[in-house]
Amino acid sequence: MANSWKEWEKPVLDLEEGVSKLKALADKETDAIKREALETRIEEFEKRIENFLEVRYSRLGPWEQVLLARADPRPYTLDYIQTLFTDFTELDGDRRYGADHAIVAGPARFNGQSVIIVGHQKGRNIQERAQRNFAMAKPEGYRKAIRMFEMAERFRMPVITFIDTPAADPGVESESRGISEAIAASMLKMFELTVPIVSVVIGEGGSGGAIGIAIANRVLMQEHSVYSVIPPEGCAAILWRDPAKKAQAAAALKLTSDSALELGLVEQVLKEPFGGAHRNPAEAAQIVRDAITTHLTELQKLTGEQLRQHRYDRFRAFGHVLGP
Amino acid sequence: MPLRKAQAPNPNFIQCKGCKKTLFVADFEANLRVCPNCDHHHRLTWQQRVEVTFDINSFTELDADLYSGDPLQFPEYEEKYLQAQTKSGMKDSLVTGTGTIDGQLISAAIADFHFMGGSMGSVNGEKVARALERGVELQCPVVIFCASGGARMQEGLLSLMQMAKTTAAVDKCRQNGIPYIAVFTDPTMAGVLASYASIADVILAEPKALIGFAGARVSAQAQVLKIPDDFQTAEFVLRSGMLDRIVHRKEMKATLGNLCSILGHRLTAGAKS
Repeated sequence: MANSWKEWEKPVLDLEEGVSKLKALADKETDAIKREALETRIEEFEKRIENFLEVRYSRLGPWEQVLLARADPRPYTLDYIQTLFTDFTELDGDRRYGADHAIVAGPARFNGQSVIIVGHQKGRNIQERAQRNFAMAKPEGYRKAIRMFEMAERFRMPVITFIDTPAADPGVESESRGISEAIAASMLKMFELTVPIVSVVIGEGGSGGAIGIAIANRVLMQEHSVYSVIPPEGCAAILWRDPAKKAQAAAALKLTSDSALELGLVEQVLKEPFGGAHRNPAEAAQIVRDAITTHLTELQKLTGEQLRQHRYDRFRAFGHVLGP
Repeated sequence: MPLRKAQAPNPNFIQCKGCKKTLFVADFEANLRVCPNCDHHHRLTWQQRVEVTFDINSFTELDADLYSGDPLQFPEYEEKYLQAQTKSGMKDSLVTGTGTIDGQLISAAIADFHFMGGSMGSVNGEKVARALERGVELQCPVVIFCASGGARMQEGLLSLMQMAKTTAAVDKCRQNGIPYIAVFTDPTMAGVLASYASIADVILAEPKALIGFAGARVSAQAQVLKIPDDFQTAEFVLRSGMLDRIVHRKEMKATLGNLCSILGHRLTAGAKS
């Protein structure tokens, strides 16, 4: 069982590396015959990659979905902000304690319309990960989000949030500054808004840290994202005292986008390009753009009070309760 | 009089979980299950909580028949759930109803840690939401006694959604001017703490109650910082500004009664005649 996306896709990654090397060689090759031979090799490799992906991606288990949701090259919030929005101005202040770069936020334009964006942000290298705290937000992050939600309400701007966090920060500092209160207050603020809210889970929807900014009228999940009450490793450790049973836990938790849709907890699963969003970020972004556009257009037909009531009704209905 | 290990426990004695001193059960019960020696507040069942909080015979349980299905067909959940039901006589980990404190009507929810660690699944969340909405309906204050390890893993994402659902119900109370008081008892953790519990109008806690977002071990691993000795206790949380008051069990009823009557001064129902 693979422990990381890299491990799981290693054969493909190796082939992809081979292709880029061969391409470099072919570019430099002056001999036409040799070049043709190289190009044939490249084609062969590409076919093998395609076959490989087809086989692998046609039988993705829940655990592999977790790995894919956590994959380093997946487009992150700032990538989507860059492709889907214009004039984004990142705003940092929580006006309480400090700046938190695990959540990015600010006003921007979406299809020309003023909106507020809030989203978790992961890092791609060691420095970025440290700066972003692995997208684990502290109370400051949620308090900054609350400020943004208030501004959205004041200036009548729809809110779009991107969900991609393993969890909220569990450290001592976060506890002493009230991480629980910050998450709860952020959810409460979102319930109060009379503007449309759309949330898109783009990677890891990690428990409280995720739902803290996901109280939306429409919640969408990308095909290879996950949304869970607890990470599978934690679940396995608590229930079976064995973190190695994470694949079983991933299956039991029903944390895939398909399961969330089936349970009626999200409105739409957004298809990803073949082989995952990272293999064609532009296409993935286009699908996300179309979906946000559709949902916002529908939501904007409702009045402010209807939007608020709709959000209440949406979450109030969640649960599997039996009895008279 | 310490008991030797081999002996069957004497039903007249109990060992304090705090100072380990052997106590007379009668004294212990008379002292509301607080150790007369070290003041350790022992966990209560929901019935014991009702007894120490509400006017005699004033509590009526509501929503008593709600129970959880096994929506995810989660391994071993059904067995564990049935076991917990048999052992506790409860249907799920939280009881709701109405009762009076000094004659004032209150809509209440009481979590019981003895049932699957007081975990919040669909039923727990539904009942919390109903208790809050009942405050609006009956125009009376809402009091919730929290005791939970967090969300119930076995109901997966549905459990996570209870954080949102209960928060929505708190919003309803706020919109309608219904006072809501949360009491953190040992332990109040994770998904419960990070939702309806932390956004009450007033938050009280029992002394030394464990209160935190992440398990202490997770936090310890996550940080090289020195952890305060009283980390994740009511005293630490009070110092952090995240709760309003630590209240001794003996004072809890009077404190709740007073707060409910002052904050609920505009409410008509249940006011003392």
